[in-house]
Amino acid sequence: MPSDKQLCTFYVGESYFGIPVDQVQEVVRPQPITPVPLAPKVIRGLINLRGQILTAIDLRNRLGLGEPGDPANLINIVVRTTDSPVSFLVDEIGEVLDLDQKTFESPPETLQGDMRELICGAYKLRDRLLLALSTERTISLADSSAPTRERDLGAATRFNQNGGTAERRIP
Amino acid sequence: MSDDIVREFLVESSENLDLLDRELINLEKDPGNRSTLASIFRTIHTIKGTCGFLGFTKLESVAHVGENLLSKLRDGELALNPEMTTALLAMVDAIRQMLASVEAVGNEGERNDQELIQTLTRLLQGTAAAAKADAAAAPAVAPVVPALAASVAPPPVELPATPLPVAEAAPKMEPKPDYADHAAADHGPAAPAGESAAQSQSRTAASESSIRVDVTLLDKLMNLVGELVLARNQILQFSNATEDAGLLAPSQRLNLITTELQEGVMKTRMQPIGNIWSKFPRTVRDVATMCGKQVRIEMEGKETELDKTIVEAIKDPLTHIVRNSVDHGIEKPERRVAVGKPSEGRLLLRAYHEGGQVIIEISDDGGGLDADKIRRKAVEKGLITPEQAARMGEREGVNLIFLPGFSTAEKVTNVSGRGVGMDVVKTNIEKIGGTVDVQSKAGTGTTVRMKIPLTLAIIPALIVTSGGDRYAIPQISLLELVRLDGEDAQTGIELIQGVPVHRLRGRLLPLVYLNRELKVDSEGADLAKLPAVNIVVLQADERPFGLVVDEINDTEEIVVKPLGKQLKGLKTFAGSTIMGDGRVALILDVLGLAQTSGVVNEVRARALAEKEAEASAVTGERQTLLLFAGPDDSHMALPLDHVGRLEVFPIASVERAGLREVVQYRGEILPLMFLSEMLPERRAHVRHAASLAKNAHPDRLQGIVYADGGNRVGVIIERILDIVEETIQAKSPPGRFGVLYTTVVQGRVTELLDMGTLLRAFERNRSPNISAERVEV
Repeated sequence: MPSDKQLCTFYVGESYFGIPVDQVQEVVRPQPITPVPLAPKVIRGLINLRGQILTAIDLRNRLGLGEPGDPANLINIVVRTTDSPVSFLVDEIGEVLDLDQKTFESPPETLQGDMRELICGAYKLRDRLLLALSTERTISLADSSAPTRERDLGAATRFNQNGGTAERRIP
Repeated sequence: MSDDIVREFLVESSENLDLLDRELINLEKDPGNRSTLASIFRTIHTIKGTCGFLGFTKLESVAHVGENLLSKLRDGELALNPEMTTALLAMVDAIRQMLASVEAVGNEGERNDQELIQTLTRLLQGTAAAAKADAAAAPAVAPVVPALAASVAPPPVELPATPLPVAEAAPKMEPKPDYADHAAADHGPAAPAGESAAQSQSRTAASESSIRVDVTLLDKLMNLVGELVLARNQILQFSNATEDAGLLAPSQRLNLITTELQEGVMKTRMQPIGNIWSKFPRTVRDVATMCGKQVRIEMEGKETELDKTIVEAIKDPLTHIVRNSVDHGIEKPERRVAVGKPSEGRLLLRAYHEGGQVIIEISDDGGGLDADKIRRKAVEKGLITPEQAARMGEREGVNLIFLPGFSTAEKVTNVSGRGVGMDVVKTNIEKIGGTVDVQSKAGTGTTVRMKIPLTLAIIPALIVTSGGDRYAIPQISLLELVRLDGEDAQTGIELIQGVPVHRLRGRLLPLVYLNRELKVDSEGADLAKLPAVNIVVLQADERPFGLVVDEINDTEEIVVKPLGKQLKGLKTFAGSTIMGDGRVALILDVLGLAQTSGVVNEVRARALAEKEAEASAVTGERQTLLLFAGPDDSHMALPLDHVGRLEVFPIASVERAGLREVVQYRGEILPLMFLSEMLPERRAHVRHAASLAKNAHPDRLQGIVYADGGNRVGVIIERILDIVEETIQAKSPPGRFGVLYTTVVQGRVTELLDMGTLLRAFERNRSPNISAERVEV
């Protein structure tokens, strides 16, 4: 459960999310994105933020809310991490809200899918729900997707390729 | 005594003394601060140890009493009081004066520090209550003190010949045991000039001619230079486009200055590899003593320079390998003598530049690695399958030690087998863009060879375009560029078994299509229709391959930026960079690309083949071979002499006689031997029926009528590929039963069948029912 909080809010599709404002480095307008072939789909590519290269994660895809949007329209929320900063691509940026911890509730058990993993809970605002997103999990899950496994097996598959080549070469 | 050592000692000590001053003052403010105390103690200890080693006995004796006092303070036996601080500071001053004297005239000078020593000793005895001993009282106290001190500490006064434990412990090859973080002194301007005048001048300047700089500052400078290089690139692009003479001249100058600045900043970060090697004699000695071995360490190329970050990054892997070599590689003296080697093992560290990289080799003359044992162990641990193991050559086998979770240490010793395995070594080396492999000859030793880039930060690269995006290829792996225009674009690329190759000056160059590898192109793109083909000839693991890209742009200095951890798993990319227009481009990892595209294994095998050919110096005999595809499309060959005919048998003509399939062939009954049945399968349970089913012409069988003596048998294979005349350059051991050896024919690893063994097995399998005579009919 998040302690107190000011959340930086944003929209992805119909949903309203927030992340702790102290984790947000800055919010940047849509940036040219260089796609990274072979990367997991949630990673839209790399952006150049004043000489620093950031990985851009498509939150719509990450949250299981559908196919990635057009990066030309997506706002970058630059999030600090223990590693280098990461950019979250969102549809629209909202306000920074001071939130009363009393309105916080854990996610309902019935919440399914990718979102379940990433949501710490919800703040019950007067007119709608604000979902508190865990930046850590949002980032780390992107980390644990397929290619990382490939690396772990990298050394093993290298030895495997001796046999593998012939098979793969068949047109 | 080498001047360099003294000079380094002076530089080091004068900094240490400044530090001592500050810390003593801090300590006085906060007497309970143990970490400050410990730091002061270490500093004094360092100075004392080095003085002893260098023979500065006066310095040493002063530092020694100070150290004793500090050790009591550190252990809490005494509490710091102002008097002590004063005395300690006086000691610092005395040391500083002596060092100044050493720097000026080469010795400590005529001094009498008795008073200081006595004051310190008295404080040491805890007799501070006696209040300040004034100068007159001191001599009276003096005779008493040594007696009192005897049980506590060695006599502090006049110890010209008493070697101190620390000085003794300092091994000869390692004059500065405690100087862990010794900055590389600038040997350039202050090098002994020969002339005594110049010499004394350079000596005086020693402590001023080099300064210590925080590495983070250097890192920051490096980053800034990186940014500057990017900005320079942008400006150059712009000025070249505008052709404004007014802009062109300054931008050219900017270009030159940036390049020089970049080189300069890079140089500040260069360190000789000897800095990390200097600790190895001690490491080796410790490990060797622990294992009861005798090991001599030799070093070549200590002065080879590498970027500081790289030096740091390879420190642990190197240490690990060195320890491993001593612990596992070199045998015990008895055993060495028994096999006719000198009882003392030899560990050789070599470093040298090659093609813009640094090669580091760690060789021992120990027992070598047992490829069979390693393979068995890997299978046992489930790291590879028995089939994979069977296919592996010697070199691949020994390189299994780099697999995660692998350790052949039979027993976990203090030194090895603790789970920090060679896989960590490999991961760490690859992380900085290096490679590591191991070569070993049973009985004669093991060599671990690392290839390390000089620097990580800024590299020249070739920019190419594929699928609409730009990619940077490090120039270090670039061999040449080939462009096939017009008709060549069609005819220049040939297919062997669907594998595209290009004949480059008579040699076959395997081609890799970047679009395909990156999956950035629709599958349907027709290669044959391209108007021109751009081939970037690259080198991975010492072997060339061609990378086909859409467009070749330019070469550029790029600043390497690491990928976020979300993307670290992609083997194809080594990092990213920012291009002149501010957009991000990915840097291709050539080795990774070669591996994922499958080029590298073939390549490795070929490299192996050639190396062995060089080694044996005797080239193989020239043979005419029939090349064909065996089960699973593996390439196989048979000497043509024994091939009677090539025949296609309609499936309908196959009859069964007992347990075997036969055909009537020229009035004989010809038994059919299905290779897919005879050879151990790569994939389990693929019976020949399955191979029949996937045969291109399911109603016909491709056969080779093989004749050896009177025996004839129809060998059923997948397809005939070619007939070639080849000089068999190298043979690597067979990967499975029924294979004589593995070699390379037309750039493909090819298995040469051992028909003798196969036929015998064929007979054995069926012999209860069919006699040998029938075969001969």
